[in-house]
Amino acid sequence: MADENWKPKIIAIICNWCSYAGADLAGGARIQYPPDIRAVRVMCTGRVDPLFIMKAFQDGADGVLVSGCHFGDCHYLEGNYKAAKRMFLLKSVLKNIGLEDKRLRMTFVSASEGAKWGHVMDDVIKTVSELGPSPLKEFAR
Amino acid sequence: MAEVKKYEEPRIGVYVCHCGTNIAGSIDVKAVMEYARTLPNVIVADDYQYMCSTPGQNKIAEAIKEQKLTGIVVAACSPRLHEPTFRAATKEGGLNPFRFEMANIREQNSWVHMHQPEEATEKAKDSVRIAVAKASLLEDLIPKSVPVEKTAMVVGGGVGGMQAALDLASAGIKTYLVEKEPTIGGRMSQLDKTFPTLDCSQCILTPKMVDVFRHENIELLTYTEVEEVEGYIGNFDVTLRKKARGVITPEEATARGIIGGGCTGCGDCVEVCPVIKPNPFELGMAPMKAIYVYHPQVSPLIYTVDFDSCVKCGLCVDACGNERKAIDLDAKDELMTVKVGTVILATGYEIFPIEKKFEWGYKNYDNVITSLEFERLICASGPTGGHLIRPSDGETPKKIAFVLCAGSRDNTGVGKPYCSRFCCMYSLKHAHQVIEKIPGAVPYIFYMDIRSFGKMYEEFYYRIQDEGAKFIRGRVASILEDPVTKNLHVNAEDTLLGRPIDMEVDMVVLAAAIQPTAETEKTRRLFGVSCSQDGWLLEAHPKLNPCGTTTAGVYLAGVCQGPKDIPDTVAQAEGAASAASIPIHRGEVELEPYFAVCLEDKCAGCGMCVYQCPYGALSLIEKDGRTVMHVTEAKCKGCGTCGGFCPGGAIWMQHFTTPQIVAQIDAFLLGGEQ
Ligand SMILES: Cc1cc2nc3c(=O)[nH]c(=O)nc-3n(C[C@H](O)[C@H](O)[C@H](O)COP(=O)(O)OP(=O)(O)OC[C@H]3O[C@@H](n4cnc5c(N)ncnc54)[C@H](O)[C@@H]3O)c2cc1C
Ligand code: SF4
Ligand code: SF4
Ligand code: FES
Repeated sequence: MADENWKPKIIAIICNWCSYAGADLAGGARIQYPPDIRAVRVMCTGRVDPLFIMKAFQDGADGVLVSGCHFGDCHYLEGNYKAAKRMFLLKSVLKNIGLEDKRLRMTFVSASEGAKWGHVMDDVIKTVSELGPSPLKEFAR
Repeated sequence: MAEVKKYEEPRIGVYVCHCGTNIAGSIDVKAVMEYARTLPNVIVADDYQYMCSTPGQNKIAEAIKEQKLTGIVVAACSPRLHEPTFRAATKEGGLNPFRFEMANIREQNSWVHMHQPEEATEKAKDSVRIAVAKASLLEDLIPKSVPVEKTAMVVGGGVGGMQAALDLASAGIKTYLVEKEPTIGGRMSQLDKTFPTLDCSQCILTPKMVDVFRHENIELLTYTEVEEVEGYIGNFDVTLRKKARGVITPEEATARGIIGGGCTGCGDCVEVCPVIKPNPFELGMAPMKAIYVYHPQVSPLIYTVDFDSCVKCGLCVDACGNERKAIDLDAKDELMTVKVGTVILATGYEIFPIEKKFEWGYKNYDNVITSLEFERLICASGPTGGHLIRPSDGETPKKIAFVLCAGSRDNTGVGKPYCSRFCCMYSLKHAHQVIEKIPGAVPYIFYMDIRSFGKMYEEFYYRIQDEGAKFIRGRVASILEDPVTKNLHVNAEDTLLGRPIDMEVDMVVLAAAIQPTAETEKTRRLFGVSCSQDGWLLEAHPKLNPCGTTTAGVYLAGVCQGPKDIPDTVAQAEGAASAASIPIHRGEVELEPYFAVCLEDKCAGCGMCVYQCPYGALSLIEKDGRTVMHVTEAKCKGCGTCGGFCPGGAIWMQHFTTPQIVAQIDAFLLGGEQ
């Protein structure tokens, strides 16, 4: 399992208005970060059903990132509060099933924070890499 | 009206863009295209230099017709840039435009992994696989058209807001101009002259203020603030707080049955008012009473009671008299709601509190002033009648230092990292005014760079050099006051001569940085507008959409979007007015059809989702003897918060359905090589 070429598989579900725009801005500014994250765009983090995250872990994801607007900045007023609450609960569920809750992360990156997006990428990838492959991986499929 | 079509099997076309070398520079585009051909449901895959070009778009339209495609994937730049372009191409080919999905392999791949071509190529393949998975499940969607209210609102009555309101109103649109102060005019009414033409600021502004006041299509709401905003493009319900002014207009008097009454602007009340306080328009350098107008040219010319300092002695009521009955000391704030189709924010800026740069001694040393204070002191209608004097002793200064970039272009963390854009030019103007008004006076300009980028600006710079202003290139490290003479020692390094300077001057003028106003944060949240890192309101695109915001129907004008001088403010205001009038003239807008739909057979009628919706779009209804959830489409904005919550999976979020998102997750994690 722990072979040297192992690279984490991380999925990011990010909102259209802030984090996706922030990620685009990081691109415009040519901020470089490691390529281990794949993004799925939703309109708002409020759309993120805990089921999506469980499904990702079930599929063998090593980490999941949910990223939206800062509190007070959600394009739909409060979707990110609701998402944050759900992620909070979900983390305790993950712990209960024996998965490190650090594999799930929620961040808040605005449309103007390209540099911050780069830091988030570095940090999430580093955290998940240190944790190693997900113990659920062998059950995937 | 387009009809909704169903197809037996997904047939997907994939197009990978080189974007010149933007993408092809780090991603092996051919390999990604070849890979796409191996994916399930993919019928055609192709690559092209520039997919957004006409030939690129034509490829899509032709393939849809020839290959009977049911979905299109373009792997290129960000959907935030070109999704509309490719949706149009998809529609051109005869397919519903929502049967299009974009894989972002530029902003979120080739540009951020420039030195990892192999990994970038693998990531691009994954992105295409994820997009194909979604495209295979996309459905026909019909955008909803909603009528647009034929009225507009402009928030902020500075030169930007005034221009925007005048343009909208002249285009036949009823416009509410909301200004928090008792008068319109903004910062420009505090200026003496304007660069580079040196016309008198009030002389060019006052006629505009009168035009605004008189325009039949403008409803001017001064001393008014935005309290609440509901709705969306075409249909904003804005609640306004009309602050208690304590003085009524002739129209309000008539409405109250006081015929021939109301404020005539005579000022009789001011004479008798016993309260004296600093006038904020004169930056505290002149007094005013508790009943006041800031200056004689205010528009509307209606007095205002400052209830914070008013002692309610009633002397002004008597002075105003029984016929006019204009003063009402029991006035209360009033709330009113107006419906508007589009909104322009033009809320301007404020001066950075330059005392935070303590090394320059502002507020500690009498003779260190800001440029805005200079404007009031040199202005004939200002507190000194246009005589520039030293605050310490009333003497006329002869040797004056102007400190540019005071708090601007400052990366110490105390000041602002950006350029405030007009300080160079107004300081040149100030130097000219000193030379013109005070015989024998010499202005010394301490600068980092002189930025004279506008039309006739460089010429103005040369002119001021010829007139005898002295330029010293270097940032001022500190200013020290001589406690006896109150003269100032300016310490700097002359970076051209490479030697330190200690210059004694009579007065220092700090060209202080500017910053977003304190209320900007509140205002932008009310309207759902983002801000850039330094707090200025964020445009939809820095180059291609500088007047729009990411909230449809809300536009920006003037300095609230970032520092700019009057010509640029007015130009942007006209652009914003034009943009804001388009939906109104079209009469309807199309809303993206990302609504929630209740899958009634799955809905248990628990009602949990009702509390999730921030817009109150959901309710429970009785249908065929069961309780089920119902979506009011006009209220749903498509965030998906309800869909992310429903325990029974009974909410179908159009274009972001659970099967679509799960397919994306599966495609990434299970679809590739394991
Ligand atoms: C010292 C100095 C000298 C200058 N000299 C020149 C010059 O010579 N030439 C030149 O081209 N430019 C000059 N400028 C720049 C000029 O002041 C600005 O370009 C111009 O005022 C910008 O206009 P605006 O309408 O965007 O903002 P403002 O003039 O700031 O107007 C904004 C208005 O919105 C109102 N407002 C704010 N928030 C709200 C709210 N929440 N609700 C309702 N109303 C609100 C404010 O009360 C104000 O009336 C100078 C600036 C300074 C500081
Ligand atoms: S849609 Fe879902 S959450 Fe809403 S009432 Fe039906 S079952 Fe409950
Ligand atoms: S998608 Fe958002 S706006 Fe629409 S009904 Fe659901 S929670 Fe309300
Ligand atoms: S729109 Fe970004 S979190 Fe809601």
